[in-house]
Amino acid sequence: MKSNRVMRLLAILGALVLILAACGDGDAVDTTEGEAVATTEAPETTEAPETTEAPETTEAPEGPPEAGPLGAVTVAAGDPIEIRSLEAISGPVAFLGIPNERATQMAINDYGQIKGHDVNLGVGLDDLCSGEGGQAAAQTIVADEQILGVIGTSCSGAAIAAIPLISGAGMVLVSPSNTSPALTSDLAGTPGIDYQPGYYRIAHNDLFQGQAVAEFVFNDLGLTTAAAIHDGDSYTQGLAQAFADAYTELGGTITLVVGVGKEDTDMTPVLSEIGQDSPEAIYLPIFQPAGDFIVQQFAGVAGLADTQLVGADGLLVSDFLAIVESEGMYFSGPNLAFGENANAVTGVSANDFLSSYETEFGEAPTAAFWAHAYDATAMLLASIEDVAVELDDGSLFIDRQALRDSLTSFTGAGMTGGLACDAFGDCGSQEIQIVIHDDSAITDSTQLEVVFTFKGEIS
Amino acid sequence: MTATAKKPPETEDSRQRQRRALRLSWVDLFLWAIRIAAIIIIVVGLIGSIQKFIAGEGISAEGWRDLLVSSLSQGAMYGLLALGYSMVYGVLGFINFAHGEVFMSGTMVGFIAANWLFENGIWDSSPILSLLLVLLVAMVTSTLLAVIIERVAYRRLRGSPRLIPLITSIGMSFFIQYSFAGFFGAGFNTYPPPPEILAGSVTIFGIEIRTTQLTVIIIAIVAMIGLWYFVTKTKTGRAIRAVAEDKEIAGLMGINVDRTIVAVFAVGGAMAGVAALMWALLFRSVNFLTGFIPGIKAFTAAVLGGVGNMVGAMGGGVLLGLFEGLGPLLILGGLGIEGATQLKDAVAFMALVLVLIFRPSGLFGERLGSEDRV
Repeated sequence: MKSNRVMRLLAILGALVLILAACGDGDAVDTTEGEAVATTEAPETTEAPETTEAPETTEAPEGPPEAGPLGAVTVAAGDPIEIRSLEAISGPVAFLGIPNERATQMAINDYGQIKGHDVNLGVGLDDLCSGEGGQAAAQTIVADEQILGVIGTSCSGAAIAAIPLISGAGMVLVSPSNTSPALTSDLAGTPGIDYQPGYYRIAHNDLFQGQAVAEFVFNDLGLTTAAAIHDGDSYTQGLAQAFADAYTELGGTITLVVGVGKEDTDMTPVLSEIGQDSPEAIYLPIFQPAGDFIVQQFAGVAGLADTQLVGADGLLVSDFLAIVESEGMYFSGPNLAFGENANAVTGVSANDFLSSYETEFGEAPTAAFWAHAYDATAMLLASIEDVAVELDDGSLFIDRQALRDSLTSFTGAGMTGGLACDAFGDCGSQEIQIVIHDDSAITDSTQLEVVFTFKGEIS
Repeated sequence: MTATAKKPPETEDSRQRQRRALRLSWVDLFLWAIRIAAIIIIVVGLIGSIQKFIAGEGISAEGWRDLLVSSLSQGAMYGLLALGYSMVYGVLGFINFAHGEVFMSGTMVGFIAANWLFENGIWDSSPILSLLLVLLVAMVTSTLLAVIIERVAYRRLRGSPRLIPLITSIGMSFFIQYSFAGFFGAGFNTYPPPPEILAGSVTIFGIEIRTTQLTVIIIAIVAMIGLWYFVTKTKTGRAIRAVAEDKEIAGLMGINVDRTIVAVFAVGGAMAGVAALMWALLFRSVNFLTGFIPGIKAFTAAVLGGVGNMVGAMGGGVLLGLFEGLGPLLILGGLGIEGATQLKDAVAFMALVLVLIFRPSGLFGERLGSEDRV
């Protein structure tokens, strides 16, 4: 009987724990993460107060490093340097975040120690691909003053919520896969509405993709009138608008930028409306199934007999490429053929990385931004090494402003191409490719022939 | 004394009545204002479009012709689907939300048949046979599924409050959707392009029409004539009408009510199967959610035409297709609004609201059983 009662109590306790764990998934992870950080970091933080701001006064025997306006971090002898990973590792976008997080850890392993100190990534944080997720995780991060920087986020929406906190704490955020122009700049010197100092990214800015398509259509194809179709989603709308702006800038005429519903099936009305002005090209940075219906109903619409269709990376999926009518279309997207490109900091090539990734995790990366995550991490670690000052007692002194300056001036080769940051944190190679799809038997997007490569300079 | 005592409450009452009458007239006024505003907007938009057309701007004559034909063919498909909603509502008095999924099952299984025919070269070598086979497969699948749903989910609920089969049908709808997602995957399957003989266009009375769209319209007309013959001339059809009129009395007259209701579901399912072939010719891409939006549109079409009325369902479908396809460009385009097609659904549902303001029982009038007449 007694043991029975004990068992029952245990069962109830167990159930409660499960319920608590299940409630607020992300938050649970974040709080346990926060605790874990607090316990591991506790000794350092107790030591830190004497050292963070005080070293200049107390330990100033030889050329005391002076903390800049953002403060500094002192890593005690034998302690690791703290950075964090913040990616979408649960939910429907986990396919994107998980390889990013793994690539970050692999880059840390490849890089090795920084001036005798290990680099600790801690437990991977989850941005949930949402503003809420980004903000909750950022709060956990800024609570730990030893953290220098964060690799993440997977999604632009999460970064928009996280960057005010992270920037305010003097830390840096280096994203592998954000593409929203709002986070950096309009590429003409005006910061985006969500730009904060301390933000850097390796992925391309959507404006570059819009620019690349505009230059290809206007200069290479020689088409002077174009329309664009989006589906109301902020990504597709932003990209359609970026294309329209760049195209107008080049001297082309945009006849119409119009939206379709994601669930629409009859595309004849919207195609007829576009056909009124007989544009020579239509850019459609949209997804399936709306893209399917457009290409299938496109033939024969009055005014569109000679119009060229150009899709974006959202339609570079095998189900779409298998549609016979998608033959003859062009598609824009980032250059993902990394091959033998090597990261100059660690010396590891993309192919080597892929084989060790597959050995370690038993699968190929599920999304294409692993190389960007690797480059982001290597760039951050190299910049930390660049500004870290060794003190006599074996501790490291790292000034936060100096770290930002070092990142901004970083140049070097990465797996994704040449890395160099502009004043607003766009550091990637910005290499956009346009491919042609001339055979619907080819459904693997990496097999398509590249007809145009854009290097990220606005002409 | 009593008379004087009674008087004040009487005046109070009459004042209240007056106030109520005044309030009612405000509502009336408001409704009339909406009606007049709608008519003005439509007329101004139409005039604008006509002026544009005469000036040679905007959509060309061929453009309008294409739009008209594609709207008609899409509307015919809505109409065939709407028949299923309307017939079930007429007989059982509830909305069978799973009807969209009955249609989806036809498109999905029809795809398997079409793909097999295509891969074996039969699709191009004997196109008419192939289309008939796909039609047969789609009709059998949809009919079977509709009958099974009735037997498993709805028969036991007969006589229960109307909300219960309604909720059951929503549950059924999800169950079928995700069963298909489980069996066939969540990706998109694309029907092979229509066979050669349907590829081009034909000229009728000097008007060039795409063969697929013409085929779809012809299929719809044939299906409607067949259905009309079935309902008016056959014994089962007469039984259906009798059961729709009054289940109990029909039962007393010796009609097997359960079997008649199965016939209603079977006919609705068969029409959904025909609509599935039309989808295969018009839109081609199918996945497990294909039935959802057409289902909602078809239900709207049924209400537009008058619930329970078969001619109304077909007419409502065609009208909804026209509102959707032509409305935004004809009216909003005429008002000089750019990107008017983005408001396609808004225009279609506004049209529904307007029709119901002018004719609350639908364009062709409701036909309801004795229990539903108020």
